[in-house]
Amino acid sequence: MLIKRTERQARRSSLAATVGIQSGIGLDRRTFLRRSGLVAGGLATIGALPLASVQKAEAAGTNVSGATIRKNICTHCSVGCTVLAEVSNGVWVGQEPGWESPINRGSHCAKGAATRELVHGDRRLRYPMKLVNGQWTRISWETAINEIGDKLMEIRKKSGAESVYWLGSAKFTNEGAYLNRKFAAYWGTNNSDHQARICHSTTVAGVANTWGYGAMTNSYTDIRNSKTLLFLGGNPAEAHPVSLQHLLEGKELNRANFIVCDPRMTRTGAHATEYVRIRPGTDIPIIYGMLWHIFKNGWEDKQFIEQRVYGMDDIRKEVEKYTPEEVERITGVPGAQLKHVAEKFAKDRPSCLIWAMGQTQHTVGTANVRASCILLLATGNVGGPGMGANIFRGHTNVQGATDLGLDIVTLPLYYGLAEPAWRHWSRVWEEDFEWLKTRFDDPKLMNTPGIPSTRWHDATLLAKDQVAQTDNIKCMFVMGHGGNTVTRMPEAAKALASLDLLVVADPVPTTWAVLGDRKDGTYLLPVATSYETEGSRVASNRAMQWGEQIVKPIFESKDDLEIMYLLAKKLGFADRMFRNIKVNGNLPVAEDILREINRGGWSTGYCGQSPERIKSHMAHQSDFDMRTQKATTGPNKGDYYGLPWPCWGSPAFRHPGTPLLYNTNLSIKEGGGTFRARFGVEREEKLPDGTTRKVSLLGNGYYSKDSEIKDGYPEFTLGVLKKLGWDKDLTEAELAVINKINPTTPDAVSWSIDLSGGIQRVAIEHGCIPYGNGKARANAFGLPDAIPVHREPIYTPRVELVEKYPTLPDAKQFRLPNIGFTVQKTAVEKGIAKQFPLILSSGRLVEYEGGGEETRSNKWLAELQQDMFIEINPADAADRGIKDGAWVLVSGAEMPSGKVCRMKALVTERVGKGVTWTPFHFAGWFMTEDQRGKYPKGADPIVLGESVNTLTTYGYDPVTGMQEPKATLCQIRAA
Amino acid sequence: MARMKFLCDADRCIECNACVTACKNEHEVPWGMNRRRVVTINDGKPGERSISMACMHCTDAPCAAVCPVNCFYTTADAVVLHSKDLCIGCGYCFYACPFGAPQYPKVGNFGSRGKMDKCTFCAGGPETDFSKEEYEKYGANRLAEGKLPLCAEMCSTKSLLAGDGDVIAQIYKERVAKRGYGSGAWGWQTAYRESIAT
Repeated sequence: MLIKRTERQARRSSLAATVGIQSGIGLDRRTFLRRSGLVAGGLATIGALPLASVQKAEAAGTNVSGATIRKNICTHCSVGCTVLAEVSNGVWVGQEPGWESPINRGSHCAKGAATRELVHGDRRLRYPMKLVNGQWTRISWETAINEIGDKLMEIRKKSGAESVYWLGSAKFTNEGAYLNRKFAAYWGTNNSDHQARICHSTTVAGVANTWGYGAMTNSYTDIRNSKTLLFLGGNPAEAHPVSLQHLLEGKELNRANFIVCDPRMTRTGAHATEYVRIRPGTDIPIIYGMLWHIFKNGWEDKQFIEQRVYGMDDIRKEVEKYTPEEVERITGVPGAQLKHVAEKFAKDRPSCLIWAMGQTQHTVGTANVRASCILLLATGNVGGPGMGANIFRGHTNVQGATDLGLDIVTLPLYYGLAEPAWRHWSRVWEEDFEWLKTRFDDPKLMNTPGIPSTRWHDATLLAKDQVAQTDNIKCMFVMGHGGNTVTRMPEAAKALASLDLLVVADPVPTTWAVLGDRKDGTYLLPVATSYETEGSRVASNRAMQWGEQIVKPIFESKDDLEIMYLLAKKLGFADRMFRNIKVNGNLPVAEDILREINRGGWSTGYCGQSPERIKSHMAHQSDFDMRTQKATTGPNKGDYYGLPWPCWGSPAFRHPGTPLLYNTNLSIKEGGGTFRARFGVEREEKLPDGTTRKVSLLGNGYYSKDSEIKDGYPEFTLGVLKKLGWDKDLTEAELAVINKINPTTPDAVSWSIDLSGGIQRVAIEHGCIPYGNGKARANAFGLPDAIPVHREPIYTPRVELVEKYPTLPDAKQFRLPNIGFTVQKTAVEKGIAKQFPLILSSGRLVEYEGGGEETRSNKWLAELQQDMFIEINPADAADRGIKDGAWVLVSGAEMPSGKVCRMKALVTERVGKGVTWTPFHFAGWFMTEDQRGKYPKGADPIVLGESVNTLTTYGYDPVTGMQEPKATLCQIRAA
Repeated sequence: MARMKFLCDADRCIECNACVTACKNEHEVPWGMNRRRVVTINDGKPGERSISMACMHCTDAPCAAVCPVNCFYTTADAVVLHSKDLCIGCGYCFYACPFGAPQYPKVGNFGSRGKMDKCTFCAGGPETDFSKEEYEKYGANRLAEGKLPLCAEMCSTKSLLAGDGDVIAQIYKERVAKRGYGSGAWGWQTAYRESIAT
C-alpha cells in the first residue's frame, strides 16, 4: 500500500461515527461549499484578505472529531507560530492551522508543517546512555543522575566550580532558561551560555548600547506599515518564512521598496524591488556609503537627531572618509546604486532595517549592528509604526533565553554581574548572598564574565595560565545546543577528547555524541521537545506565548525542568533553589517559575506577564487584531498580544505590553516609551583645545505622550520621586519594601530593584517611563569601536585593504586571549589568500534549523535536502572543472594539512564570482569520515553531511566573543 | 456548485515547502512520493520565481482521457480522483499529465510501477468517507470534514490558494489590483482552459 496505516485511523473512524457522516450524504459537503463561496465572496470584497479568513469562518466548529486540540508554539524560529495539535489517546495524530493566531494566521513553513514528526521520533534518543569503552550502553535515569552528580563533584573538588561549562538552550521555555541560569549561579559559575552567543549576541550588545534594550524594536506584523524595507544580512524567506506573509503583504499594500543587500541573491532577494550584491563582511562601508549621500544631500532627520541622538557629529566626521569611490573599492557596490538606495531609505518613510546573522556573525558584529542603528537614527526611523530595527532572531525562545540570562555577562534580565545584581536576585530568591558567594572558587569570579560558548574549546585546550579562572574547562554540560554550530570544529574535536566529562541532554544525540574520540565519561540524556512540556516563550517581537503540553514526554524522555531538579537534588542545593517553586514529584511547576521571574524582572518589564494573563491571551487569540496586535474585545481588551516586554508593574497593574519600543506617541501606560537613559545624565567631552565641556545625555525637549515632565529625565529612584514630590503617591506597603531593600539609603533604591513595583507604578501614573528619558547614542563611548569603522575580516581575499582597515589589536577578553590581529597579520604574510582564494560564507535552509540534528532526523524534512552542498559561481566552477551536482573537496584556511571536506557542488549565479556559500545544518561527516556508526543505534539522523564549521576559522567580536562564520576563505577542487 | 481549483500566486511563493510537508504530514505520504512539490525557475538569477505544483484537477482531465482502465472520476466539486483498486500502474497518466502529478511507488515500466498516487485535493477516494480503507489508500478526507486542502491552509505567505475557483480568482484579482502586478494564474489555461483577467 502506498499510504502507511497510522494512529490517525482511530480519529478518522471515530469522527465518522460521531457525526454519522456516511458516503452518499454528499449534501452536507455541497452545502458547506456553497456557504464557503458566499462567505468568502463577502470577505474578499472587503480587501485583500486571503484564504485564511475565508476558511476561518467555516473551520470554526467543524472540528467535531474526538481529538483534543492543544496549542503550542513552533520551535523552529522566532516568529512564534501557533501549532494546533490534535491529540487522541495521548498520541499527536494531526496538525490543523491555527487560524486565530494574530501572528501566523494558520500558516507554517516546511518545518512547522512537519513538526508533528518530532514527537513520533523514529530517530529520537530513547533512554539515558553512556559510553563504556567506546560503546553506547543503556543506563537508568537514576544511575545517570548519580554518576553525573558524583563526577561533577569530583571535578569541582579537583579543578573548581568554573571548570564546568553549563551550555543551555534557546529551545528552553522561559522557565527552563531561567532555571538553567539560576542553576549555574547555585553551582557557582558564570560559565552559562546558549545559542544567542552565536546568533545575536552582537545585536543585543549593539542595540542595547545604542538606545537601551537588546531586542527587535517593532515586530513582524508591524513591518506591514513600512514603506521601505532594507534587508542587510538576513534571508527571512528561508529563515523566517512566515514573516514573509507580513513582509510581502506590506510590500504589496504600500507598494513599498523591498531592498535586499546580500552577497547572495537569496530567496528573499528574488522578491526584491532592488537587489544589491555586496562582498561579505563589508556592512559598515555599505551603511556609511549610504550615510555619505544622506548627509551630503541633507536627507537626515535634523530635528530627531537634535532632540533624541547623542554624538551624530562624530559619525558625520567618520562618514566623510567613505566616499562613493572608496565604498565601491571596499564593497564592490557602485556609488550610484547606493545613492539610489540611500535616497529611498531616507525619503520613502517609514523605513525599517531588517537583519539577522549576516550582520551579527562577524568579528565586527557589534559595530555592524551599531552602524545599522545609526542609519535608523540619522533618518529618524525609530520609535514609530513601520520603522525600527527589525532583528529576526533564530529560535522560538532565543529572545526569552537571552532575557533570562543564559549569558556569560549577566544574571537574568540584564542586571549584570556586579554585587548589586547578585544582591537583587538573592532578595528575589530569598537566598543568603554570602552563601551564594561561597559557591564560587573566588568571589571575584562571581563578578567576572564567563567564557563565551564560541571558545569553550580554547578554554579546554589552551595552557592553564592563559585561561583566567581556576582551571581549564573539564566538563561540558550541554542541554539543547548543537555541537556543529560553533566554528573551528577540528579544535572542538581535539577539545572533546580531553574533557573529563561530557553530558548531552537533548531529544537527539547531536554532533557532541560523535565528534572527537571519546571512550568514556560521556552521557546522553533523552529530553522532551518543547511540545512535550509546558511553559512560556518569547518570540522576536518580545511577545510571550504559553505553550501547552501536547503529549507526555515520549520514551524515557524527561522535561528540562525535571532534569535540573534531579541534578540540583543530587548536588545538594534543590531545597534552596526551589524554595519558592512548587515541585510535583520531581517536576517543578512552570507557572511558579514564571511567577518568580515576574517578582524579579522589573528591569526589562518581565513583571506583568503572569501565567494567568498569558494563558488568557492564548485562549482568546481571536480577540487580537493582526495589524495592531491589540485585543479589541474580550477579557484582554486593550492588551497587546503576548504582552510584549516591557510589560510594566505587577500583573495587577495590567500594563498592556509594549508593541513598539521607544514610541513616544503613546503614553507609557498604554505601551509608549522613550530612549532609555542608561548611559548617565551627562558626559564630559574633550574639546580640541584641551578643555572639556559637559553635554547632556537626556532627551532634549521631547517626551512621550502624557508625560508630566516635558523634557528628558533620569531613571527613577526613590530619591528622584522625592525631588518631584511624587513619593507621597507610594503606599505604605510599597515604602516598607523599599526601605527593607536598602535600610541605610532608601533613596538609592531604583525602579529596577524595587520589589514592590511602587516606583514603576508612580512614575507611570505621572506619564513617565521608569528607566528615564535619554538620548540614543550614535557615539557609544565605552565600546572598542565607539564610532564603527570598517575592519577587514581576519581572512580576507582583499589583502591590500588590511593595512588601512586592520582588525583590532590582540587583547584579553572573557578570560581568554583574542589574537585576531596576529592571525590576520600572519595570514597576509603567508599569502593564505592565494592558497584559499574563495570567500566562504554560510547560512540557513528552510528545511533545517540550527545544527540540524533534530530536523535532519525528521523524515518529511530530510527528504527535501539530502546532501550537504556548496554554492559556487559558474566562472569559479569552470576554472576548476567542477560540474553542477558533482562531488567536490573543500579545504578551509585553518584545517589540518591534507584534510578536506566532501560535499556536492551547486553551480549557480546566486553567489557572485569569488564567493561560495554553504548551509550550516549538516554534521555526521567529519573531514570525509562518515560517523554514522558512532551514533547510538537507531538515533542517527536520516541525513548526514560535512559541517561548514569544519572549514571556518578564527575571529571573535571584541564585545561579545561572537564567531566569524560568514566571511572566511576556502579552496575547492573537483573530487 | 463549487468548482474546486488550486491557484499559486508566484509573486508570493517563497519556496518554503510548507505545502510539501503539510501534505506529507496530513496523509502520511511515504518517502519518495511527492503529491506536491515546489518548482523554481531561474534559480539564483534575477527573475527567480517559485510555483507550488500538484494535480490541478483539470477540466476534462487528460489523465482520465488516456487511462485504459477508466479509473478516474470527477466529483461534484470537480475534484479529479481515481480508484487504486482499478489502477494497473501503466503510467499513461504520467505521460498525459501536463503538471507531472502522478506518482508511483516503484520504478519500472507499465504494470510494474505499482498503484498511481496523486493529490486528492484532500478529498479522499471512492471508499466510504472517513473509512479506514479510504485513509490507507488516499489519505485524509478534509473536504468532507468541511476543511480545505492543508497545503493551502498552511501556506506561509498565502500564496497557494485552494477552494471554489470563483472565490480564489476573485481574491487573486483583488490582490493584483492592489499591488499592481501579477504574473498570472499559473497553469490555469492548461488546467481549466481559462485565465484570470486582471
